[in-house]
Amino acid sequence: MRLRLLLILCVLFTLPATAKELTISVEIPRINVAEYHRPYTAFWIERDGEVTNLAVWYDLEMEDAKGEEWLKDMRQWWRRSGRSLDMPVDGVSGATRAPGQHTLAFTDGKAPLGKLTAGEYTLIVEASREVGGREVLKIPFQWPPTQQQVLNAQGENELGALSLTLTP
Amino acid sequence: MKKSLYKLSIFALALGVSFAAEAHRAWIVPAATVLSGDDPWVTFDAAVSNTIFHADHAPFRLNGVTAVAPDGSEIELQNPHTGKYRSTFDLNLKQEGTYKIVSASNGLTARWETEDGERRFWPPRGSAPTPEGFEKEVPKKAKNLKVTQSSRRIETFVTAGEPDNQVFKPANVGLEMVPVTHPNDLFSGEEAEFNLLIDGKPAVGAKVIVLAGGMRYRNQQDAIEVVSDKKGKFAITWPAAGMYWMSVSYSDDKAKKPATQRSGSYTASFEVLPE
Repeated sequence: MRLRLLLILCVLFTLPATAKELTISVEIPRINVAEYHRPYTAFWIERDGEVTNLAVWYDLEMEDAKGEEWLKDMRQWWRRSGRSLDMPVDGVSGATRAPGQHTLAFTDGKAPLGKLTAGEYTLIVEASREVGGREVLKIPFQWPPTQQQVLNAQGENELGALSLTLTP
Repeated sequence: MKKSLYKLSIFALALGVSFAAEAHRAWIVPAATVLSGDDPWVTFDAAVSNTIFHADHAPFRLNGVTAVAPDGSEIELQNPHTGKYRSTFDLNLKQEGTYKIVSASNGLTARWETEDGERRFWPPRGSAPTPEGFEKEVPKKAKNLKVTQSSRRIETFVTAGEPDNQVFKPANVGLEMVPVTHPNDLFSGEEAEFNLLIDGKPAVGAKVIVLAGGMRYRNQQDAIEVVSDKKGKFAITWPAAGMYWMSVSYSDDKAKKPATQRSGSYTASFEVLPE
């Protein structure tokens, strides 16, 4: 009996503590145009005007930081946080991505998500393409999640399917 | 006589305001007002024309135009050029923050009638008022003598990176606009608030006209008209994205001698972005 109890206790203590996760799956649509440029795309979450940037994809490899010239074309991102940032930001800035499905995973307590206080948030994704258009998608969500949740949004032009998976 | 005329014209040049163009609409318009990246450049058009913003009448002379950086210093107008219908220039925004591009003047103007009933005015068309000229040319007593303290100001704003407020500090002379809503943070459908001052005090009852650009492509002026309240404040809700021209006119009789009237005109252009 004592052995069984000990065994159970051992198992309990070896179970890893699961951290809450926020996973974004975004589709950069394949657009058939003669002059195609990968879109500048920004991902952030907002609550009462406070912004937590998750990812910003832009031409960060250009000489003399020339790629920063068009950051302002992500108008909402620029206004709500971009213009106050000193780009590039470690762990947030990244290169533009090719058409296709892309997944970004974030863990509660780890940068760039950090520790989120409980409440209602909005995930905002904004894409702007050179000689193309601009689109913004929003997904409201509750944090922390009490159960596994998958929330979706669908873009029409510069973004395809967007899904947000919350894991408690 | 020649020497003093020469001096007068140099002074007039320094003030750089063409009073002949009073009846028309003057504007200085940047190609963009929100700039990102290191060391951005932005180009400007400056013209006098009634159809906003179509340059089809006269250029706005650049000799009175200054560009003020966020730290208050003046930066050079690069590649300035005055053509037939417009002037152009570029600015290199090396500092982060909000810049003000301004052309301002202030002086006495006068109107009177001679004994024969002929109407006279000073300063003559095309020249700016000077204190010496006033002393010399305007009679101390005349029929229907009306002396006005006139101020004229044309402005626009651009921001590199994060906006700030340093350039909004008023000079407290003439008719001025101190923004409440930042002029480079304007979005379609949102309300923007402005503050008007006359010699540093609230300009009450000033008449404001706001016109959207692209005037050639519609059938009406579609002017938005408002009047400033007793705090000198007014608000505009932008109906659509685009470039807008704003003109404010103010007058009262609280002038310093020898003026009996104060009048001010303030013009600015603003860019309103879509959501």
